[in-house]
Amino acid sequence: MGRFWSFLFLLVPVLGVAVFLWALLDLWPMQGHWLPENINDHGHVIDQLFMFILYLTGIIFVGTGGVLFWFMWKYDAAQNREPVKFTHGSHTLEVVWSILPAAALLFIAIYQMNAWADAKMRRPLDSLGPDGIEGTADDVYKPPLCEVTGRQFEWRIRYAGEDGIIGTADDLHVVNDLHLPVNEEVVVQITSMDVLHSFFLPNVRIKQDVVPGMKQFVWFKPNKQGTYDIVCAELCGWGHYKMRGRMVVESRDKFDAWIKNAYSEQERSEYIVSAGGSDE
Amino acid sequence: MSSIPLGKGHETTAPARTNSAAAISQFLSAYVFSKDHKIIGLQFLFSTLLWFLVGGLLALGIRWQLAWPWTNMPIIGPMLFSETGGQISPEFYTMLFTMHATVMIFFVIIPILAGAFGNYLIPLMIGADDMAFPTLNMLSYWFMWPAFILVGSSFFMPGNGAAAGWTSYPPLSAVWDAAPSSGLAQTLWLIGITFVGVSSMMGSVNYMTTIIQMRAPGMTMFRLPMTIWGMFITAVLQAFALPVLTAAGFMQLLDRTIGTGFFLPEGLVINNSIAASGGGQPLLWQHLFWFYSHPAVYIMILPAMGMVSDIISCFARKPIFGYKPMVYSLCGIAGLGFIVWGHHMFVSGMSPMLGMTFMISTMMIALPSAVKVFNWLGTLWGGRIQYTTPMLFAISFVSMFVIGGLSGIFMAATPVDIFIHDTYFIVAHFHYVLFAGTAMAVMGAIYFWFPKMFGRMMNEPLGKVHFFLTFIFLNGTFFTMHILGAVGFPRRLADPYDYQTFAHLMPMNQFMSICAICMVGTQAIFAFNFFYSIFYGPACGRNPWGANSLEWMAPSPPGHGNFDFQPVVYRGPYEYGSPEVDTDYYPQTQPPPEGVDPNAEPDHH
Ligand code: HEM
Ligand SMILES: [Cu+2]
Ligand SMILES: [Cu+2]
Repeated sequence: MGRFWSFLFLLVPVLGVAVFLWALLDLWPMQGHWLPENINDHGHVIDQLFMFILYLTGIIFVGTGGVLFWFMWKYDAAQNREPVKFTHGSHTLEVVWSILPAAALLFIAIYQMNAWADAKMRRPLDSLGPDGIEGTADDVYKPPLCEVTGRQFEWRIRYAGEDGIIGTADDLHVVNDLHLPVNEEVVVQITSMDVLHSFFLPNVRIKQDVVPGMKQFVWFKPNKQGTYDIVCAELCGWGHYKMRGRMVVESRDKFDAWIKNAYSEQERSEYIVSAGGSDE
Repeated sequence: MSSIPLGKGHETTAPARTNSAAAISQFLSAYVFSKDHKIIGLQFLFSTLLWFLVGGLLALGIRWQLAWPWTNMPIIGPMLFSETGGQISPEFYTMLFTMHATVMIFFVIIPILAGAFGNYLIPLMIGADDMAFPTLNMLSYWFMWPAFILVGSSFFMPGNGAAAGWTSYPPLSAVWDAAPSSGLAQTLWLIGITFVGVSSMMGSVNYMTTIIQMRAPGMTMFRLPMTIWGMFITAVLQAFALPVLTAAGFMQLLDRTIGTGFFLPEGLVINNSIAASGGGQPLLWQHLFWFYSHPAVYIMILPAMGMVSDIISCFARKPIFGYKPMVYSLCGIAGLGFIVWGHHMFVSGMSPMLGMTFMISTMMIALPSAVKVFNWLGTLWGGRIQYTTPMLFAISFVSMFVIGGLSGIFMAATPVDIFIHDTYFIVAHFHYVLFAGTAMAVMGAIYFWFPKMFGRMMNEPLGKVHFFLTFIFLNGTFFTMHILGAVGFPRRLADPYDYQTFAHLMPMNQFMSICAICMVGTQAIFAFNFFYSIFYGPACGRNPWGANSLEWMAPSPPGHGNFDFQPVVYRGPYEYGSPEVDTDYYPQTQPPPEGVDPNAEPDHH
């Protein structure tokens, strides 16, 4: 039976790699079972990092799986006539197999820092301020294009009106319908009105929990026109699954036209959604 | 073997009395309110196995909805949800995954490791006649009952049970208006979890004291079996981490009941009503919760790692490779385990700078895990492997833990975690460490120690069929979750297929659900084998596996007071295949042959 069990465990690396390859190669029946299309200029690094870690861990996965198979095969009591190797371990080996993974892990740790900083720490600036130094208090941040507020179970979106400031009387209010101009650096201010939600744009590789009482920003540069999902990725109650928004990336002209049109529609309707959310 | 008879056992050995009231009270003290660690261990074992069934059925509810959303569940559906004609409602779905995780973590994995195996094995494996504090030990079991009842009764409250996730993040969990189940069900849940904490704390104190104080003569710390090291480190983790969870639980309870507002910020408008309190921070809960719950994930695996080490060494018929590195890596995991909690909060809104720090510590915690895997492989190398059922489960632990450990690296990489956080990638990760890892190790441990517990063997062929099917179906259920995670498929959604990004993933989910149903079904083989063998399994002697550690020197099952002689320990528990003796095992209590220095340390080169 030892033969049989060795093969069973050999299936782990073999089928494991096969499943991933199948998905990567987009073969039937797993078409589209891989990272969704990335439409963010800054999103590639995340995909690259994912693939890099996949290859690295893939090697270790196949390596350990292969060794396990080989030992199970070779040292099966029913087949192996040699006496057991009576040993309690090896200092050399312990040192080797501590240092090698440590080095690999440290490498990944350092290698990814820049991508993290880009995604979460280096909010786009308009100017460096009078002192001309980045990272000081007088830096002028790029203003957000709009504000997205999570609420059970919808995304409320506000664009600044004529005055360019969000939170004034001339704001444009929409629900679950985020329009963005293509090929421009976009900053979105996100927050929550009630419980935790998470602002997840799968195609943009962005996810940020929105926390009531906290104002946060996400930034990205969409580079392909189309309609994409806005997903809520943090449990927010019974209707969590239906908290679905849509993100429309379109040309600057279309975007401007949409804003104008939506704004005049809002003006025309006698009922204006108030910022506090007292509708329904 | 020396055979100094031991003195009195416990009060349960008092001479039988004749009248029936006395008989009842004797039965109660022997089997119900017993202070014998073995009985308590078995009480934990049976209770947790029952809850395992409940947790498994809850999981099938989740899988049903993900595969065939909004369709009528056959047979059970109409009984459970007459108002919807047998289909799962979204609020019921949120309850399902919340209670599934709660039951599995707090009522199965933690108590089966520490409560069942910890209790049963610690005194036996260190050569003690019982725990240091038998009464405290009994209480640690009986404090689980309020938890069982409170959490169990929350199923019958409005909302059919707590539904804020096992992580219970406020404001959703703290504000009554936030969800149908955020009322009494959530309160009962919180109090129930607190009782689990108290129970674990009593166990933890007992285990630490017992391991430090009650070891048999000659049983130095570095002669302890890895199982005991795992239990010991786990007890230390619990002692330091649990108070934080208990305090946090009370804070949330106060937020809910008297409006303290620890976790509630100013100006919340929930469900169109204004929450009164303010001045708090939702992230505070997450810090406190994960300060406990990250160490808790190690509480949920270190004892399993220990048991797996013992099983592998026994059936490879070879000393464990790198005993001390194994111990040090356990300690390393425990130490680092306290400074990685923030990896659950990379995208929570926590300072990204702090996220970087947590990223580095998290990367580093993969290191001791890797060292352990290499040492298990080293143990197999050059052995004479016997493919018994416990061994198969133990090997599968190693094979599966590799997958769970490696997927951890993806998530530790903060930029990647932005994308995969709260997706099925995470679900894949923790099912590989907790189900394919710990639960499989527990299965192996049951097959391994069953002969000691009940004096009979379990059926081997049935055990192998059980292993084979479980192994296949578990991978069918969980491996594919990595792929879903790569697409960004979010966890905890009652119906993810409305999203255009995920609409095409339903067939794969159906495949997974079918595997899951088969996997749960397979456990019937185990249940049959278990109960049949208790009564009809072939009787076994003291040491059916030819193992070295002390518990195998005691009778099967051991009587009160455990040993019928005073065990004296001459060496570590892994001297299989030693040239000093003719047998391929060398029990810890067997005096060395003439002319061998009993204190010589085995060499490590
Ligand atoms: C090899 C070392 C490990 C690393 C690097 C690691 C890393 C991580 C990270 C970064 C997360 C958070 C992911 C996210 O939510 O975005 C996570 C989640 C989790 N890990 Fe691990 N992990 C490791 C081992 C383990 C082990 C041994 C266990 C349990 C026995 C475990 C159980 C869990 C659980 C239960 C969660 C998810 C909790 C939840 O969100 O519900 N991990 N792990
Ligand atoms: Cu949500
Ligand atoms: Cu963790």
